[in-house]
Amino acid sequence: MKFLGLLWGNLMRRKLRTLLTVLSIFVAFFLFGLLGTIKEAFAAGVTVSDADRLVVRHRVSLFMLLPINYATRMRQIDGVEAIASWTWFGGVYKDDMKNFFPNMPVDPDALFDVHPEYVFTDADKDAWRTTRTGAVVGETLADRFGWKIGDRVPLKSPIWPKPDDSAWEFDIVAIYKGKKPTTDTSSFFFRYDYFDETRPNEKGKVGWYMVRVSDPDRAGDVAAAIDAEFANSSAETKAEPEAAFQQGFVEQIGSIGTILMSILSAVFFTIILVAGNTMAQAVRERTQEIGVLKAIGFTDARVLALVIAESCSVAILGGAAGLLSAWIIGQFGSPVPELLPVFYLPPSYLAVGAALILALGVAAGILPAIAAMRLHVAVALRRHGA
Amino acid sequence: MTDSNASTNDAPIVSVRKVEKTFRRGGEEIRVLDALDLDVPKGEFLALMGPSGSGKTTLLNLIGGLDQPTGGSVVVAGEHIEDLSSRELADWRAENIGFVFQFYNLLPVLSAARNVELPLLLTSLSRAERKRHVAVALEAVGLSHRASHTPRTLSGGEQQRVGIARAIVTDPTLLLCDEPTGDLDRKSGDEILSLLQALNRDQGKTIIMVTHDPHASARAARTVHLEKGQLVSSVVAGAMA
Ligand SMILES: Nc1ncnc2c1ncn2[C@@H]1O[C@H](COP(=O)(O)OP(=O)(O)OP(=O)(O)O)[C@@H](O)[C@H]1O
Ligand SMILES: [Mg+2]
Repeated sequence: MKFLGLLWGNLMRRKLRTLLTVLSIFVAFFLFGLLGTIKEAFAAGVTVSDADRLVVRHRVSLFMLLPINYATRMRQIDGVEAIASWTWFGGVYKDDMKNFFPNMPVDPDALFDVHPEYVFTDADKDAWRTTRTGAVVGETLADRFGWKIGDRVPLKSPIWPKPDDSAWEFDIVAIYKGKKPTTDTSSFFFRYDYFDETRPNEKGKVGWYMVRVSDPDRAGDVAAAIDAEFANSSAETKAEPEAAFQQGFVEQIGSIGTILMSILSAVFFTIILVAGNTMAQAVRERTQEIGVLKAIGFTDARVLALVIAESCSVAILGGAAGLLSAWIIGQFGSPVPELLPVFYLPPSYLAVGAALILALGVAAGILPAIAAMRLHVAVALRRHGA
Repeated sequence: MTDSNASTNDAPIVSVRKVEKTFRRGGEEIRVLDALDLDVPKGEFLALMGPSGSGKTTLLNLIGGLDQPTGGSVVVAGEHIEDLSSRELADWRAENIGFVFQFYNLLPVLSAARNVELPLLLTSLSRAERKRHVAVALEAVGLSHRASHTPRTLSGGEQQRVGIARAIVTDPTLLLCDEPTGDLDRKSGDEILSLLQALNRDQGKTIIMVTHDPHASARAARTVHLEKGQLVSSVVAGAMA
């Protein structure tokens, strides 16, 4: 582009002013990227839910246990394909609550069946099946504590103390990956059989069940059938689609989204004014130069394009840097993995960000550009010694 | 020397006929040019004098296609200025006119070479060709050694020479200079005038120069005076300084 020299010269004319404008645009897009990351982090828990999964829990409270033999009974129900039991273990690593991460006893094959979003190699699976004290950890969690396969991890659980009150010891046999970037990889799973044999009380009880159904369209019917199966028993159930289970969460995210959107709208409105003002000033102080360009033979359209290009350059400089910074922060992983395990800027935000950058460039530049275009060459040249 | 150029072609390069130009200021109409006639043959070096506010710049603007007449016709290099659209005028100017301004009007953010290159950006010349043309133009005004300097670091005389290099770099049909020495001391002014004279003499450039300075007009082959909207006298200078 042969006009690049002219463009660059104009940007460098008032370095401080350009820098400040670029900085304010940088802040706006950094904020956009960061808030987008946070919003997605909150939403990730919801998007990982699968339409073909039900959560079956105690009717009274999530914290009350269900008998393990419910699995056998549910398996008889038409439409139930696979079942995994989950139990909240609440183990604490190194006696420090700050080390919190979800840890749960599960049956390995049930987990592989019901949760294909956790990716294991066949060797991983076999290793876990053959190691009674074996545990598998997500890669985010492994990174967090620097764990490797073969490491021994002690956990103490206030809910499930060992009879001698010592720490439970687990051997890491595999590190799993997530199928999608939104998959949670910050959990710690160990074998239910080891857990059940070792715990002194409540043997044969689990926290809740994840049930995979054969036809997502019939998930509601299957849920009703499950609840009917255990009606009038000592432990009645509440079965609902995983997504609905997280419904309360979804609503919170909805309002977080609204708040973020209104903050961003205010920021962008301000930025358009800031950048627009900069461009208006730039054009005004250059009246005579624009006259010269036109005298030389630059058409009105070309002058318009030059101003828009300048305004877009400023937007691109600041905006790209802002988006990139937000993206880089996401690459370092979550600052609060226990709260928001999934933490990165999705590409869709980068695309929207890019569109916003251009929109900002055009919006800020259009009025000054039209003013520059309309300047009559003879009149502009009359501004002697400006 | 001047006469040989002045008579090479009988069709004048500039032909102004019954030109009228009025401006509206407030509710009032100001008639600046009134039924003005002017012919400039190809290769002439013409000085245009007159009191301040007499319409010299206005006339120059009409000839250079920066503005259009209220009435009459302005034919330059075979083109009727009054009939062209603003877009057509821009392209026509790029091809035919080189402007030199009193206050040089260089872009402060660009080096001398970049300033000279500006008109070439509108052509289809390659980067290398543009570079060569710029070098030739800077050489012609004796400023090759200042090519990378920005205007701020150049003297007034040097800036004006860059301005002239920018005006001639596309090899235009016509050079229009509005008080090119008006902001310069005598010595720098003389250098600029010598440069214009050389361009006229050696390269056959047709030049119209507005000036207040009799010393400057003496360098031209012919001087016309503008008063009350019309050209009142035409003096052919015999002197060659
Ligand atoms: N765009 C315009 N609108 C209104 N009046 C104008 C405009 N351009 C020029 N004039 C008026 O036309 C008259 C002639 O102006 P012009 O600039 O041509 O004079 P000039 O001979 O070049 O003067 P100077 O020697 O001071 O440069 C002046 O009275 C000026 O105020
Ligand atoms: Mg004037």
